[in-house]
Amino acid sequence: MNDLRAVYIIWYRDLLRFWRDRTRLITSFIMPFLFLVVFGTGIASSMMGGFGDEGFDYIQFMYPGIIGMVVLFNSIMMGVSIVWDREFGFLKEVLVAPVNRTSVAIGKALGGATIATIQGMVMLIFIPFANVSPSLIDVLLLIILMFIMALSLNMMGLLIASRIKTMEAFQLVAQLLLFPLLFLSPAMFPPQALPAWLGSAVKVNPVSYGIDSMRQVILGSQESAMFGIHLFGYRMPIILDVVVIALFGLVMGVLAVRSFQNQE
Amino acid sequence: MNNIIEVKHLTKRFGDLVAVDDVSFEVVEGEIFGFLGPNGAGKTTTINILCTLMRPTFGTAILNGFDVVRQRTQVRKSLGLVFQDPSLDIKLSALQNLEFHAGVYSIPRDVSKNRIEQILKMVDLWERRKDTVQNYSGGMRRRLEIARGLLHYPKVLFLDEPTIGLDPQTRNHIWEHILELRRRENITIFLTTHYMDEANVADRIAIIDHGKIVALNTPEALKSMVGGDIVTVKTDNAESALMEIRRKYNIEAQRDSEGVFFEVRNGEEFIPVLVKDFESGLQSISLRRPTLDDVFVKLTGHEIREGEGGEAAMRMQWAVRQARGRDGKFH
Repeated sequence: MNDLRAVYIIWYRDLLRFWRDRTRLITSFIMPFLFLVVFGTGIASSMMGGFGDEGFDYIQFMYPGIIGMVVLFNSIMMGVSIVWDREFGFLKEVLVAPVNRTSVAIGKALGGATIATIQGMVMLIFIPFANVSPSLIDVLLLIILMFIMALSLNMMGLLIASRIKTMEAFQLVAQLLLFPLLFLSPAMFPPQALPAWLGSAVKVNPVSYGIDSMRQVILGSQESAMFGIHLFGYRMPIILDVVVIALFGLVMGVLAVRSFQNQE
Repeated sequence: MNNIIEVKHLTKRFGDLVAVDDVSFEVVEGEIFGFLGPNGAGKTTTINILCTLMRPTFGTAILNGFDVVRQRTQVRKSLGLVFQDPSLDIKLSALQNLEFHAGVYSIPRDVSKNRIEQILKMVDLWERRKDTVQNYSGGMRRRLEIARGLLHYPKVLFLDEPTIGLDPQTRNHIWEHILELRRRENITIFLTTHYMDEANVADRIAIIDHGKIVALNTPEALKSMVGGDIVTVKTDNAESALMEIRRKYNIEAQRDSEGVFFEVRNGEEFIPVLVKDFESGLQSISLRRPTLDDVFVKLTGHEIREGEGGEAAMRMQWAVRQARGRDGKFH
């Protein structure tokens, strides 16, 4: 019971900080806007006509990838808040409190995941621009998928942050991680059209499965086979995508908690 | 009298460096226990071990009856902590910082509401409870940290250099609060400092140097270890002054940044004798009662603030800061 309250208060504090710093909402909006509206329009108009065998255009295809990108970026960046707390001393207040470290890690990951999901939800305003028409159920499902992906990636961010002591180092590791995770995913190009070496890299990237599940929800059942991830000759359904990303999150979470427990 | 803290053969190594070297001591319930020593002497490392933030390499420590390695949660519940470095969330208000604390220390909500109000009033921050801590002065932040450290009614309050970097006026103010708290709550205070005047408020002081406790007693008893009054002489030539004092009075004087000094009984009567026929070009002469500084020098052979520009330089800094009115305007 006490642990639950600790999880809640740690989650609540991160949300409070996020709410107080609303400029973050706006600045984190610029990058996906540039990608989707500028980059997406540029690519779409240079391709002329349809894309994929079902006639989706590039922006429709890319839109779920951009939501995935936003969730990915914000999740990894939440690790910054731990490093920040360490640098500003607040982490000590948490570490010396009579709360077990598992609760601290869970509270932090939930806070980061909630914020990343909110940022992902902001991307829903691009639905008309992307010319897709998900139903209300689809949107709700999409939000759940965002949260699952965000939680898993936050566990990874937490693991990195528990090992890295300075802001500069974290920023460096985050940069080294973010772009490979983004470019080696189906966010911007269909995985089936890739050469084998690139295709395999996409398949080992957990982010790919998060984006794939969201794309299937947004583009619906007639979504092109060319867009999907195929493992052992089978098209990954949404549920298996979720299993992969959740398992990844679980492993990261266990490692992160263990790493936190040994913290001095 | 109960011992609230019992430390036996505590040792902490970082690689080759021995930060705390076989330290043993007890702290009695209700007392102010001071840890006095220069930076890097092992004060903060000892506190970190007692607060469960570090594991000792060797030795045991019991706090409020709980082992700091095996019963960490109970130990954590028993102590409040004001760290040497700031540890507030400066993006939040004072109220939110305390609400967070109440949350992680599982103080029931109805209890915590009253307690937060009471404690913020005590440290004179109630009026500004909704301000972001970012806009607080150094002294206000410290008071908030002390308030936070007390919120869960700990048995022991650790104050690690509680007034470091604050001007003298704010330091005095913070000490008024701490002493008032102690009168009201009757808690044990474990204090580390390298300010001598601050150490004077302690009931007992452990002097620590290079990871070892070199003396442990009341401030008065420690001061009486120094033989008598301290006479400081400034001369044209310190070397010849040293020799002259040795030759004439059989006293081993020592040099420091301000001149030559030595201990002597009945200093007031000694000064006229000295002045009458001093040959080494006397510039000034001063006399004072022994302080903890002198005790420290006597026990360790060096000054406590070596490498920090000495006490005079520190006083100068405070004076300048106060003249500019930077930190001094807040209370």
